[in-house]
Formats: sequence, structure tokens, C-alpha cells
Amino acid sequence: MQTLLFLLPQLILFLSALLVFGIDLIGSNEKKWLSNLALGGGVASLMVAVYLMVGVELPTEPILGGMLAMDTFGIYFQAFAALAVSLVIVSSIGFMRERTPYSAEFYSLILIAGFSVTLVAIAADLIMIYVAFELLSITSYILTGYLRNDPKSSEAAVKYFLYGAMASAAMLYGMSLLYGATASTELSVIASTLLGMDASLRWVIFPAIILLLVGFGFKIAAVPFHQWSPDAYEGAPTPVTAFLSVGPKAAGFAVLMRVLFIALPSFSTDWMALLSAISMMTMTLGNMVAISQKNIKRMLAYSSIAHAGYILMGIISWDKWESGSIFDGFSGVLIYLLVYLFANLGAFAVVIAFENATDSNKIEDYAGLMKRSPLLAGTMIIFLLSLVGIPGTGGFIGKFFVFGAAIRANFFVLAGVALVNSVIAAFYYLNVARYMFFQQPKEEIQTPIEPSSGLKVALAVTCVLTLVLGLYAQPFFQLVQNSLF
Amino acid sequence: MNFPILSAITFLPLLGALITFFIPKDKEKTIRWTATIFSLIPLALSVYIYAVVRADPGEMQFMEEYTWIPSADIFYRMGVDGLSAIMLFLTTILSTLCYYYSIYTIKDRVKEYYFLFQLLQLGMSGVFVSLDFVFFYLFWEIGLVPMYLLIGVWGGARRIYASIKFFLYTLTGSVAMLLAIIAVYLNVGTFNILDAAAAQPFAGNFAAASIAFWAFFIAFAIKVPLFPFHTWLPDAHTEAPTTGSVILAGVLLKLGAYGLIRIVLPIFPKPFAYYSYNVPIIPILAVISIVYGALVCMAQWDLKRLVAYSSVSHMGYVVLGISAAAASLAINGGEEMTTSAIMGLNGASLQLFTHGIITGGLFFLVGMIYERAHTRQIKDFGGLGAKVPYYYGVVLITGFASLGLPGLAGFWSEFFVFRGTFAIIPVFAMIGVVGIVFTAAYILWKIVQNVFLGEFDQDKWDKATHHAELTDLATFEKITMWPLIILMVLVGFYPSAVVALFNGVSTALLSNF
Repeated sequence: MQTLLFLLPQLILFLSALLVFGIDLIGSNEKKWLSNLALGGGVASLMVAVYLMVGVELPTEPILGGMLAMDTFGIYFQAFAALAVSLVIVSSIGFMRERTPYSAEFYSLILIAGFSVTLVAIAADLIMIYVAFELLSITSYILTGYLRNDPKSSEAAVKYFLYGAMASAAMLYGMSLLYGATASTELSVIASTLLGMDASLRWVIFPAIILLLVGFGFKIAAVPFHQWSPDAYEGAPTPVTAFLSVGPKAAGFAVLMRVLFIALPSFSTDWMALLSAISMMTMTLGNMVAISQKNIKRMLAYSSIAHAGYILMGIISWDKWESGSIFDGFSGVLIYLLVYLFANLGAFAVVIAFENATDSNKIEDYAGLMKRSPLLAGTMIIFLLSLVGIPGTGGFIGKFFVFGAAIRANFFVLAGVALVNSVIAAFYYLNVARYMFFQQPKEEIQTPIEPSSGLKVALAVTCVLTLVLGLYAQPFFQLVQNSLF
Repeated sequence: MNFPILSAITFLPLLGALITFFIPKDKEKTIRWTATIFSLIPLALSVYIYAVVRADPGEMQFMEEYTWIPSADIFYRMGVDGLSAIMLFLTTILSTLCYYYSIYTIKDRVKEYYFLFQLLQLGMSGVFVSLDFVFFYLFWEIGLVPMYLLIGVWGGARRIYASIKFFLYTLTGSVAMLLAIIAVYLNVGTFNILDAAAAQPFAGNFAAASIAFWAFFIAFAIKVPLFPFHTWLPDAHTEAPTTGSVILAGVLLKLGAYGLIRIVLPIFPKPFAYYSYNVPIIPILAVISIVYGALVCMAQWDLKRLVAYSSVSHMGYVVLGISAAAASLAINGGEEMTTSAIMGLNGASLQLFTHGIITGGLFFLVGMIYERAHTRQIKDFGGLGAKVPYYYGVVLITGFASLGLPGLAGFWSEFFVFRGTFAIIPVFAMIGVVGIVFTAAYILWKIVQNVFLGEFDQDKWDKATHHAELTDLATFEKITMWPLIILMVLVGFYPSAVVALFNGVSTALLSNF
């Protein structure tokens, strides 16, 4: 019974997905209220997760035969996923209704995707990780190709699928090597086996780490496993892009931390070196390529690649971790993911509102947005500044802690590269601000833009929380520090 | 608990911005006057602070400390000493004058303008009172965004280029500073600026101290701006709207120099002394700024660009004074040396204030002629002295103050800087003093002679300005200029009114070592 309580947030997500799906089958009329039902499921799951986070003693050992670790770390990601799902649903209501008659399945799939994110985050066994990962991947492919009459959407789905299949295969191979070396799929057992093992097994563990990183790197869109993401982000329906930029990425980081910290701490020197190289490449390439983007979804795709690079800095400095330090890296990662969630989903809510009104994603069409919609332009600049990392917005808090982690771990070169990168990033984020504030709207399109009420809710939530995180991060920081394993 | 006066000065502009935010867009007159009148409150409070702050000993007063992010050791810490009290006053008075001047000159997107400008004031005031690194950094960067937008929306022809250049330059420095802040924290375990100074981070490790020192120094040098980091300044100043240039020159540049005095000198005295005396990179850069800036002024034909480069030159004096004070720490010269160092640092601090009012005034004056002529090319003018005598008179006073005429504010700051520097690093003082000659040259020759003297040529004026009407200063322009003129004369005749406050701070700072 206790176990069921721990899994309640996930069950709510899953059951509301089934409910939406089932009710839609009854009768042939379109039921607009199903979106509200889906939203209710997301919010309920979030509330239960928050309750579990603050009000219940969570088990420290994995449950269900070692399959699931319903620990503080896991519950953090449950809340995270429920939050992301709710925000995506609330922003997508008008958008999907206009573009497809099958919007109920869409909500259902988003809920399942959110469910699989939480599953990945609490999986404590290689098999479970793989299954959850596949569930997440497959729902993501379907969601990407959801607008099947739009060739771009279909192309994006195929590309995503082909890359994803390769990455999954590589990851599975890595898992099998790990299993071969340790005769177990349970993370904690793997760790203890590896600890007692002599160094000669390095030649099998090291390739296994690389192969696992291929799979995880694919999910977080780290260079060089990122090629799918710009195309998938551009082609997918915009609410799906919003979800992809946050949900699977968080899942990737959760599993990366769990596997590296729990199963492979004895090989930390190996994966730290690998990850610091990946981190530098990821942030540099992401930012460099983002500069030249003309499409805002593509630009945000590259920006989200770059952010993965920053977040990786927090993971790298893990081995210096000790409790009580403020730059432990671990909490840096968690708080960075949270501020990134608000800033990115907020930015995408603006993109969705803009697309609803103009059917365009070109950055140059944002010219004079301040005149056409002060609300969109005003909130967008806050999200952009948060992505730059300007103090007063949440982005600064995230950056502060991951930069601090890198310095603490004496990765000075990495910190230097991140420094240069955050300046480069300011350039392309502000490029959007330049269009919105400094340019006049084109003559033929001067009509004001009025976002739908759902989008207004999403904008309000993300904007307020971005500012709150920037100005009063204490409760969140405490939350994050309680969420470490 | 006492009334949190520093928080009030800092956050009242934010309240003002919120008020502006809730006034409907089309009530432009209400927006303009509310913001202007509202800004009198922080101005009055800062005058009060000036009146009651104790000069001696130069320690922090009106301290406020609250927990902010306790799990991350970040506190809300504020305090003022003589130096920050004067800087606060400079910020509030220039802001109020800018709001007032904008009532008559800003026509476009008034609501946004006042909203952003008040946020800018929040950022600037905050920097001068923060005593916690993270808090300091927060304000340091908060001012960046409104300034970027002010240049980009209300600026001149190349405003977009200038705004992004300004932003990226400053951000580069800021991020370097952020890394250094983290490094200092990891070394001494506190974000408290005063405690960090007492703890002397990296005391035994000169290499590490040097790296952190340079990270801070470059961040501040970009803002000052010190050669070779100055290239953003001519563009930003020239393209910014008049009030933007006033605030940039009057206050934003001071943030950098203030950081050098408040943070770099007390926390990294050893590297600062080393790079000021043993390997004198900093005084070299300072004299290059002084001389090069002045030479470039001689070659400028755009009035606003000329004033912009004069800032590079004049801020060079500030850095020279600070580095002389730092250099004294590397010399064992006894009391004599300390006295000179204090003198140099007083001069640098005073130069912050005088340059703020003088160059702020010059930018207002350039803006006023530009409003009339829609050109700033010196070659388009000539013989204006007879046509606009009032304007001519105001420019003369401000210009003379800028070139350091005794009896006006600029004289004392330059005098103190060179008096201090001569005793400590005489070579650089001798080179730097050349800058004063050039300054006199460009003010007298370029501005006074070319713009005001000679015969007024109506045809040339009509051709250059498309028959603009040439009128003398309007009342609101006189009202804008008078407080600045009064300050220039007051400080010129009675410098102790401010120097006494600086002296307390400098003495406390330098006699600690």
C-alpha cells in the first residue's frame, strides 16, 4: 500500500492518459473538455508529487525487487515531469485543435511521455532503464510526427526514429557489456561488484561507458549525438518541441546521474574526462550554430543543445561532492534543469502564441512584437534573459551553481570555455530581443496578437517562477538539496 | 529596527517603475511627471545620507543585513561609507535630471522609456550599497539590460550595433567576474565583501591571487573603460539618446572604478601593488588611456564622439590614481608614502564625482544643440557664441571645469591624482600630465573656437541643418543645467565638502596594510 502511494504521481499520469484515450473512443463527437481532463491529470500528479516531496518519508532502497528507486531524487523528477506535462498541455490546447482532429490522443500521448520520463528517472535496474527509455522514445517519435499531413513533421519523426534506434542499440550493447562484466543488471550490485574488481576489466567497462553515453547523450542532445534534434525540433508540432526540449532531456540527465553516480563511481576518472570533452563540444557547437539560425524553433533547439553542455558541467564536478558545500554540482544540475524548464517552456509558449497568430516561426517576423503584443514581448525577454543567465532571472541561479561546480572541481579550462560560450549565447538570444524591441513591424502585418487564455496561464506561471527563482531561490535550493541521493 | 534607508533609496526606483507600469500608455504626461517627481524621494534620501554619514573613521554605516539564500550563504547586505554616499548622490541627482530633461525630449514610447530608466537607476544604486558579492553582481547586471534597450530603442543611426556591442563587452567582463567571485568564495568561504577583504583570499598563493585579480580587474576595466577595453564606449555613447549618454558617462563608468576601489584594492592588494609597481601594466594602461583618449579627441569632428573619448581620457586619471595608491603598498616608504597614496586615492574618488557632473553636463549640452541642429558635426557650426550666449556661457563653464581650470570642480581631482602619483610612480605622472595639455587643447580649440567663435554664417547653418531654428536655451534646459553648474562651482571652491568623506575611506583602506 505504501509502495502504491509512492507511485501515485506516475499512476495518475498513466491513468489519466488511458482515461482520455478511452473516453475519446466513446461516440464520434469531438470532446473539447478532454484537454482539461488531461491537464487535471497533470496537475493532480504534480500536487501528489509535491506532497510526497515534503510530507512523506521516502524509501532510500529501491522497491519492487530493486527495479524502481522511489527516492527523493526520483520524486524530484516526478514533479518535474508532471509540471512540464501540465505546462505543455495548457499551452497546446488551441494549437492542436486547429491543426488536427485527433487532439485527444495527443494529450494522451503527452501524458504517457511524461509518465515515461518519470519511469526513466526512478529506474534502478538496467533492464528497467532500457524499457522506460524505449517507451519514452517511441511516444516521442509518434508525437513528433503527429501532424501527418505536414511533410516536415513526418520527416522529423523519421529522422528522430532512425537516430533513436541507433542510439538505443548502442546503449543496449553497453548494458550487455556491463552485465557481462558484473553478472547483474541492478545498479547498486554493479557498483559493489566493480569496486572489488581488478583493473584488467577496464577494457570492457570503458567501452561500456562510452556506449551508455551514446544512449544518454542522444536523449540530452549532447554533441556528437545531437544531429537529430534541430530537425526534430523544427518539424515537430511546437508544443511537442517544447516538451522534447525539457522532458526527455531531464530524463536523460536523471538516468545519467543515477547510472554514473550509483553504478560507476569507481570509474569516475574515465567518465569525467569523457563528459568534460562532451560538455565543451556541446556548448560550443550549440551556441556557434545557433547564431546563424533564422527559425526560432531551430534556434531554441541549438540553444537547448548548448544548455545540455552547461548542465554537464555540474555532473563532472561530482567527485568533489560533499554535503554542506554550495557548489556540489549535483544540486547545480537539478536547479539548472528547473530554471531551464521555466525559461524554455515559457519561450515556447510565446512561440506557440506567435505561431497561432501568424503561422510563422521566422525570427525576422518577430520584428516589432513589442508593438503588436507587449505581453508576449515582455515575457519573452524575461525568458531570453533567463536563458542568457542574467541575475534577477532563474537562469543566473542555474549558471551560478554549475559554474561554481566546475571551478570547485578545478576544471578551469571548462569554466573558461563556458564563460566564452555564455557571451556568445547572449548574442543570439538578444538578436530576438532586437527584432522584438528595436525593429518596426512589417507594414503588412501590424495586427495586435492576443494569446489564448491557456497560453496566458502558461506564460504567467513560467514568467513568475523564472523571476521568483532569480530573486528568491532559497525554497527551491532547499528543495534541490533535499533531493540528492 | 531603524528605517532601512539604503533599501529605500535602492528600491524606490523599482516602485517607481511599477507605478509607471500601471499607468495607461496614453497618459504620457502623467507618466513623465510621476517618474520625475517620484525620483525626488531617493534624491532627498541620498542628500540626507550625505549629510549624516560620518567621514571618520571611513567605515560602513547604515548597515542592513538579512538572510536571502541562506543555504547558499548569500545574504542581503548593504552599507554606505563616504565614497558610496557620494556615488549614491551622483546617481540620484543625474537620474532625476535625466527624467526631467526627458519630459521635454522623449516623444516615442514614453512608458517603456521611464519604466526602463527607473530599473536602470535601481541597478546603479544597488551596486553602490551592496556588500555581498552575489548581491553586488545582481545589481551590476540588472542595469545592463535597460541600458541595452535604451540604446537600442531610443538611440541614433547605428544604435543596434552599439547596443549589442555594449552588452557583449560588459557581459564578458561580468562573467569573468562571476568566476572570480566563486573562486574567492571557495577560498575564504564567504560572499561578504568586507569579510573577504579581511580574510585576504589566496594569501599564500600569488599565482592564484593574480588570476582572480585579473578576472575582477578586467571586468571593471571594461566598464571604466580602460585602454584597450574601451572600444565599446565611443559607439555606445554616440548612439545612445542624450540621457542614456549622461547616465553612461555619469554613473555607469563609475561602477567600474568603484569596483576597483571597493573590491579589487582591499581584497587583492598584493597583486594590485605588484602590477602597479613591479610590473607596472596598470599605470601604463592608465596613461595610454589618458594620452590616447585625448589625442583621439583632437581628431574628432563629431561633438558627441569627442565628449565620449574625453571620458576615456578622464577615466584614465581615475585608474592612475588608484594604481598609484596600490603601488605605494609595494614600496616601503613610511608615512610620507601613505599620505601620498591617500591623496591619489582621494583624487581618483573625487574624479569619479567631478567627471560625473561635468561630463554628464557636457552630454546634456551636446544633446541640446543636436535637438536644434540635428547635426553634431563641429564643421557645421561656427560663431554660435553670438547667437546663443546663454548656451555658450554654460558650455564655457562646463568645458573649463572639464579641462581642470582652478576654481571649478575638475581642477581638484586632477590635482590630487597627480599630487599622489608624483610621489609614488613619478614617471607615469609625468606622462599622464601631458593629457591635461591635450585636454585644454581640444576643449578650447575644438569646442570653444570651432563652435562658438568667429563669424556666424547663416548660409552654412541653413545648409547643414536644413533651416533649423537656432534658439537659445529653453527654461527646462536651464533648469537641467543649473544644478550641475552649481555643483561644479561648489566643489571648485570648497572641495572638502566631498573630499573629507573620501579621505576617511581612503585612510581606512590604506592604513590597514
